[in-house]
Amino acid sequence: MSRDEMNEWLERLLRHERRAVAKLISRVEDDRGRAEIMHSVRAHSGKSLVVGITGPPGVGKSSLVEALTRYYRENGERVGIVAVDPSSPYTGGAILGDRIRMQAHTTDRDVFIRSMGTRGHLGGVARSTADVLRILEAGGYGRLLLETVGVGQSEIEIMRLADTVVVVLNPGTGDGIQAIKAGIMEVADIFVVNKSDMPGAERMKNDIEMMLDLNGGAGPLRRPPVVLTSALQALGIPELGEAIAEQQAFLRESGQIKIRRQVQLQRETWHYLEEKVRALFDGTWPQIPQDWLEAGERDPFGLVEKVWAKMTGGRDVS
Amino acid sequence: MSQSRIRVLVGKPGLDGHDRGAKVIARALRDAGMEVIYSGLHQTPEEIVEAAIQEDVDVIGLSILSGAHLTIFPRVKELLREQEAEDILLIGGGTIPEEDVEVLLRQGFAEALFTPGTPTGEIVGWIKQRLEKKGPEPARAND
Amino acid sequence: MNDKERWQENYRALQERQSNFVTVSSVPIAPLYTPQDSAGTNYERDLGYPGSYPYTRGIHANMYRGRLWTMRQFAGFGSAQESNERYKFLLSQGQTGLSVAFDMPTIMGYDSDHLRAYGEVGRVGVAIDSLQDMERLFQDIALDRVSTSMTINAPAAILWAMYIVAAEKKGIPSYKLTGTIQNDILKEYIAQKSWIFPPEPSLRLITDIFKYAKEHVPKWNTVSISGYHIREAGATALQELAFTLADGFAYVEAGIKVGLDVDDFVPRLSFFFNAHMDVFEEIAKYRAARRIWARHMKEKYGAKKPESLLLRFHTQTAGCSLTAQQPENNIVRTAYEALAAVLGGTQSLHTNSMDEVLALPTEKAVQIALRTQQILAYESGVANTIDPLAGSYFVESLTDQMEKGAEDYFCRIEEMGGVLAAIEQNFFQQEIADAAFRYQQEIERHERIIVGVNEFTKEEKVGIDLLKIGPETEKAQVGRVQELKRTRDNAQVRSALAELERTAKGSDNLIPKIMSAVRAYATEGEIIGVLKTVFGEYREQAVY
Repeated sequence: MSRDEMNEWLERLLRHERRAVAKLISRVEDDRGRAEIMHSVRAHSGKSLVVGITGPPGVGKSSLVEALTRYYRENGERVGIVAVDPSSPYTGGAILGDRIRMQAHTTDRDVFIRSMGTRGHLGGVARSTADVLRILEAGGYGRLLLETVGVGQSEIEIMRLADTVVVVLNPGTGDGIQAIKAGIMEVADIFVVNKSDMPGAERMKNDIEMMLDLNGGAGPLRRPPVVLTSALQALGIPELGEAIAEQQAFLRESGQIKIRRQVQLQRETWHYLEEKVRALFDGTWPQIPQDWLEAGERDPFGLVEKVWAKMTGGRDVS
Repeated sequence: MSQSRIRVLVGKPGLDGHDRGAKVIARALRDAGMEVIYSGLHQTPEEIVEAAIQEDVDVIGLSILSGAHLTIFPRVKELLREQEAEDILLIGGGTIPEEDVEVLLRQGFAEALFTPGTPTGEIVGWIKQRLEKKGPEPARAND
Repeated sequence: MNDKERWQENYRALQERQSNFVTVSSVPIAPLYTPQDSAGTNYERDLGYPGSYPYTRGIHANMYRGRLWTMRQFAGFGSAQESNERYKFLLSQGQTGLSVAFDMPTIMGYDSDHLRAYGEVGRVGVAIDSLQDMERLFQDIALDRVSTSMTINAPAAILWAMYIVAAEKKGIPSYKLTGTIQNDILKEYIAQKSWIFPPEPSLRLITDIFKYAKEHVPKWNTVSISGYHIREAGATALQELAFTLADGFAYVEAGIKVGLDVDDFVPRLSFFFNAHMDVFEEIAKYRAARRIWARHMKEKYGAKKPESLLLRFHTQTAGCSLTAQQPENNIVRTAYEALAAVLGGTQSLHTNSMDEVLALPTEKAVQIALRTQQILAYESGVANTIDPLAGSYFVESLTDQMEKGAEDYFCRIEEMGGVLAAIEQNFFQQEIADAAFRYQQEIERHERIIVGVNEFTKEEKVGIDLLKIGPETEKAQVGRVQELKRTRDNAQVRSALAELERTAKGSDNLIPKIMSAVRAYATEGEIIGVLKTVFGEYREQAVY
C-alpha cells in the first residue's frame, strides 16, 4: 500500500467510514504498515476504556457481549466489538463464529463487530488485538468490548488489553475451581455468574465472595463485585452495566487508570520489542540447520550456543 | 514473516436450515489455513454484505438450497457495488440447476458456483488461485 | 482345527480388494457371520412373532400380506391451487395418502408478504398464510377419506388448527380426521434448524396438542418423531436411531409431566426414518428401533396398551444420497433404499424423485418414483412373507449391535441431564457435524466411492427437464394475503389474537384459542407474532 493510499484510508477512518475501519484493521493484523498506521491512530484514540470479557468456553461470553451491546445502544453509545477465536496450531486456519450470537446488531451502523483468529498468539487474544481496539475507537466506536478465546486458562494477557476485566462463570460447573487454578481470580475486576436461572447460581456467588474474603488485602485495590446475569433472558444486564460504570469511574477518579496504562504500555513495548528483535534475526533465528540436527547433537544447550554464535556472527553481545 | 490470512465469510441466506454443506465447507477452508467467518442461519443479503465489510473478507461464499439463488446472488452483488466493495469475490453452492448457474455466471452475479458433489479441495484451490492472481503485498516484518 | 478355523486360515491366505469394509456409517463389517455372532439371541425374548412383543419382526401379525405399506409421496409447491391439482393427480394415480410440503416462510412462521419471505414464497413447498389457503389446498378432496401428513414443526399447532377448521367447514367432524403433523421440535434444534420458540414453550405447544387430540381428534398422529433430518444433516445410522428414540422418550416424559397417562397419548406418536444406501444397516436400524421402543415403553414407562408399544414409522429415501451428476442413477439408488425400508417393515414410504437434488421434482420424475414402489410391491415378491431376513446371522448381529449402541447413547444423554440439556450443550449438533465432515473426507480421499461423483464420472450436460416456480406465484400470493388482511373482519381478528395472548401468558390449552384466531382468518404470521412476544425466540448455537 502506498503512503498516499494509506493516508487516504486514515482520513476516511477519521471520518468514521466503516470500510476504512475494516481495511486498516486488516493491514495491522497482517502486519502491513502496522507501525505507521498505529502511530496515526494513537493520536486519535486511547481515551476509551476497554471492557474485556473472559471465562471458560460455553459460559455465554458472546451472549453477554450481545446483551451489553443492546444495553449500550439503548444509551445511545456506539459500540466496537472484537471477538477472538483460536486459530489452528497446525494450519493457521480458524472458524470465527462469535458473530452468530450478535446477529441482531449486524446492520446497526452504530455497532462494529470484528472477529479475530489468534494466529499463533497465546494468552486468549491475538497479537494485534490492542491495536484493533484503538482503530475501532478512532473510527468512532467509543464503547469498546473485547471477548477473549475462552480456553479457560492462561487468559491473563487480557490484563494488557482491558481496563475492566469481567470474568464470566456458570453455576454448578466447577468453573470456580478452574478459574482459581488458571489464576483468573486475581485479574477480575468484576465477576459475572451467567445463566443465573440455572440451579446453584446463588451458591456460586457465595463461593466467589468467600474466596474474595480469603484473599483479603492481597487482591486488587477494589473488591470485585459479583453480578448475577442471564444473558439469554436479559436479566441482570443493567446491573452489570452499572458495575462496569462504577469500576471505570473508580479507575478514573483514583488515578488508577494512569498506573494501568503505564503497565499496559510497558507490556506492549516489551511485546513489540521482542518482535523487533525476532525480526532482526529473521531467517537465522527460527531455522536450526538440518545437518546440525543430523550430526547427532542431542543436547539443546549445546545447540543454543551454536545457534547463538551463528546469529551474532561472532560479535560480542554479552 | 507475513501474518496474512485469506478470510472468507460463509453465508447462509434464506429461511432454510440446511447448513450441512456450509459447515463442511467451513471446516475444509479452515483446514486449508483460511479464517472463516460463519454468518449463521437465516441471513438477509444486507446482513451478509454488512458482515463481509466489517470483517474485510476476501471472499463471500453463499450456500443456498432454498431455490432462491436467482434473487439472492444479484441482490448481494448489487449491495457490494453500493458499498464500493466489488473487490470481494462472490461464490456459492447448493441446489442450483445448470442453466441457472450459466445465467448467474454470464451476468456476473457470481465469480464461481459449485454444484453438489464438488470436492472441497476444488473450492479451496479456486480461492487460493484467484487470490494469488490478486497478488498479496510483500510483507515487511521490520516496520 | 475346526471348520471355522480352517475357513479363517483359507480366508487370510487370500487377498481382499480393499483395506477395510465398512457401512455407509463407517461401521466395520466382518467377512462372514456365523451362528456364533447371534449366539446371545433368544428367539422368544428378542425376536418373537410379528404383532407381538418385542415387535422386532413387525408391528402387525400379517404385515404386508394384509395390506401393503402406504405409498405417500411428499408434494406441494407454489400456490394452494397448484398443489391442489398435484394432489388430485397423485390420488388419481393410485396414491393412498397425501403429504403436504410447505414453503420456507410457512415453516418459519412468516406471512408471504413479510420481508424475510422475499424470494422464497411457494418455492420448496406450498405457501399457506391463512385458513383461506388451507381451504383452497383441499378443495374437492374428501378429508374424511384421505389421511394427510403435514411436514410442519414449529408452527404445527396453527397449520393443524387450519386443517381441522377447513374440514369443519366442509361438515366433517374432527374425530373423523386421520393424518399426521410432524410437530417434532426437538430434531429442529438438533438438525433441521427450523425453530421459532425456545424449547420450553415449544414443548408446551406439543403437550397442548396431545391433550386436544385425545379429546377431539383421536385418530390423528400428533408427533412424527423424525430421524430423517438428523440423518440428512450427516448423522450415522446409529446416531439417527439413538437421537430419534431419545427425542421420543423426551416427548413421552413431557406428556407424563403434564399429567397425561402414557396410554392416552403414546399410541398417537409415530416415527419417520431415513432409508440410506447401506441396505442391511438400514434394515437392522428399523428392526432395532421397534424392539427398543417396545422395551422402553413397557419396562421404563409402564405402558399397558399394546398400541403404546408399537413403533409405527414412515420412511423416506435419503435425499442426501442423491447426486447432481448423472441424475438418472438416482432412480436406482432410490430403488435400493426403498427395498431396505420395505424389508425393514415400514408403514408408509416416500421415494425421492431423481431430480430432487437439482430442483422441485417434475411430474414425470415423481411418477417414476411412485412406480418404483409399485414394482417393489407387486413384482419383486419381497412383500410375500414377513420379515424375510430374520435369522440371518448378519442381520441379527447388526440389529443387536444397533440396539446396544443406542443404549450407550441413551446413557450418555441421561448423564448430560436429558435431551434438552444435551441440546444446550451442543452434544447432538457436534456429533452430527463430525460425522458429516468425516463422510465428506472419505469421499474426497476416495475411501468411499460414489458412482458418477468420484468414480465412473463423465463430462456431461444434465439433460433432464426441471420444474420452475416463477416469480408470479409469489406476487400473486402476496396479493392474496394483503387482500385478505383488508377485507376480513379485523375487529374479530384483534380480539381473537388478544385472547390468544392472554392464554399464552397463562397455562390453559392454547389450541382452542388458536382455532378461534384461525376461524377469524388471522394469518399464520400474526398468530406466531403474538406467541413470539410471550415466548421469545430461540437462537442458533454455533457448532461446526
